[in-house]
Amino acid sequence: MASPMRVNDMKRVYVNEKWCLGCRLCEYNCAFASSGIRYMAKALKGKAIFPKIHVEGDDGITFAVSCRHCTDPICVKSCIAGAIYKEDGVVKINREKCVGCLTCVLVCPYGALAPGSDGVMQKCELCTQSGGEPACVKGCPNRAIVYEER
Amino acid sequence: MAEYIIVGNGTAAAGCIEGIRSVDAAGGITVVSEEKNPVYCRPLISYLLGGKTDENRMNYRPADFYEKNGCRVLYGRRAEKIDPEERTLQLDDGSVLKYDALCDAAGSSPFVPPFEGLETVEKRFGFMTLDDAKALKKAVKKGSRVLIVGAGLIGLKCAEGLRAVTENITVCDLADRVLSSILDAECASLMQKRLEENGISFMLSDSVASFKGNTAVMKSGKTVDFDVLVTAVGVRANTSLVRDASGEVNRGIAVNDRMETSIKGVYAAGDCAEGFDVSSGSRKVLALMPSAYMEGHAAGVNMAGGDERLANEIPMNSIGFFGLYAMTAGSYEGTLYEERPEGGIKRFYVKDGVLAGFMLIGQTERAGIYTSLVRERTPLRDVNFEILKKIATSAAFSSQIRGKKFGGVV
Ligand SMILES: Cc1cc2nc3c(=O)[nH]c(=O)nc-3n(C[C@H](O)[C@H](O)[C@H](O)COP(=O)(O)OP(=O)(O)OC[C@H]3O[C@@H](n4cnc5c(N)ncnc54)[C@H](O)[C@@H]3O)c2cc1C
Repeated sequence: MASPMRVNDMKRVYVNEKWCLGCRLCEYNCAFASSGIRYMAKALKGKAIFPKIHVEGDDGITFAVSCRHCTDPICVKSCIAGAIYKEDGVVKINREKCVGCLTCVLVCPYGALAPGSDGVMQKCELCTQSGGEPACVKGCPNRAIVYEER
Repeated sequence: MAEYIIVGNGTAAAGCIEGIRSVDAAGGITVVSEEKNPVYCRPLISYLLGGKTDENRMNYRPADFYEKNGCRVLYGRRAEKIDPEERTLQLDDGSVLKYDALCDAAGSSPFVPPFEGLETVEKRFGFMTLDDAKALKKAVKKGSRVLIVGAGLIGLKCAEGLRAVTENITVCDLADRVLSSILDAECASLMQKRLEENGISFMLSDSVASFKGNTAVMKSGKTVDFDVLVTAVGVRANTSLVRDASGEVNRGIAVNDRMETSIKGVYAAGDCAEGFDVSSGSRKVLALMPSAYMEGHAAGVNMAGGDERLANEIPMNSIGFFGLYAMTAGSYEGTLYEERPEGGIKRFYVKDGVLAGFMLIGQTERAGIYTSLVRERTPLRDVNFEILKKIATSAAFSSQIRGKKFGGVV
């Protein structure tokens, strides 16, 4: 008998802080992947970057934070513009509708949302547009960020 | 097959529809909608004024929302009377609908004080609905002098939106500061300064005594000439349906944690109902969009025979004007801790070992980490509050808690 499909049957980005070097390559790889520009230097060099993943921590411990794609996401319930929604398990934002009120920043318990360079909110959508492994995972030198089912 | 009725067609109603359908795919849902539009994002009406959004992008749900959820929507109809014995609802056209469960999601209405001479003002508007916004947008031209009565969230959002159209905006309020229900004097003055720098004028600790046509005579004796008047003094919960059916009503409709009113089979959600504010331990109207959705959803699940309890709502606001943001949550009770990062103020209120509330202006990054401490009533001894006061970061949690947050399914 086929096992019933679980809601959580999907890959997500997970971090293991013990292996995180704090190198911030994930931030650069994310910003590059989102830029739509072909060459990394052209996309990022000398520019303020607005990645959808960011590294927090201090000298002792570092870890990367990006959207958890919660089972029951409070950002979706709270968005005053009806711009955040969940599709096939991925929490997405319609940037055309967002008015930049930052209510999602006020409610996300993980601190995973921040505005992009244009003041409109952006968030990790697991690189679903480009397909394959998310760029932060692909580029992590110590496999501190993985993309798997848990 | 169960018959459900929802009165109102706002965010709480949308939550209710989704709540019902998460349990019951088949029952009939009838939505009684006084407004003639599909559910839209009410807070976006101020963004419409300034052209930052348009009607097409203001929808709260996709165009096929009602159809996909098998809902019948009666546009332009008002619910008039609940008969709790017969379980029927009478509408303004005299028709009578039967229900097994009904959700009152009638929202709130603007409260307009009885100003002397108000009827002599030619162009006056409220600011609650899409129709209000469209009518106001039409009336205000470049150079129009606008007087807004009320320096709360709605009045100021209206002012910000209109600023894109005209330079002549005055806001008055009886309170001595802007946003007096959520900000203290110092934070309010920072926000007022930002608004003034952007061309909004204020008359605070003063309000209108009377109107004579297009002139307002203030309580202070000053006079203000204007072309367009907006009243945004406050809102009141629409409680009459439940009250008239002898249901329990305070400032809002009284409900339990399943959103049940004191009338069997009748639920209430959103601006018309009282939620449970876990930060103060009291029931109060939480006239906020996130609360409206969550209450509506819980009501819907329970109407359809499920069990969803709502026990940890909190008042919370994220509000920005001309790029300066304030975020507030919970209650301002207990011991105050203050931080002054560059360009901002952070205030934390600690009571009984938990974060009861906070007020941030300027520095608001990752504020949701604070909000979750308030909502979850996390004991502060389990976190590094010294770090947290300075910056909102998950580094303040133990690595075990972090492991759960970032290494597990949440
Ligand atoms: C300008 C503005 C800005 C705002 N900004 C924010 C913000 O930034 N953040 C935030 O959290 N909240 C904000 N709010 C508040 C937020 O919009 C409300 O809390 C939310 O819309 C409440 O949803 P609701 O479904 O309970 O009620 P509503 O959206 O008010 O819907 C109720 C509906 O019921 C209808 N109705 C009433 N009586 C009857 C009847 N007898 N029969 C049939 N229909 C009836 C009404 O016409 C109305 O359409 C703002 C509000 C305004 C006006």
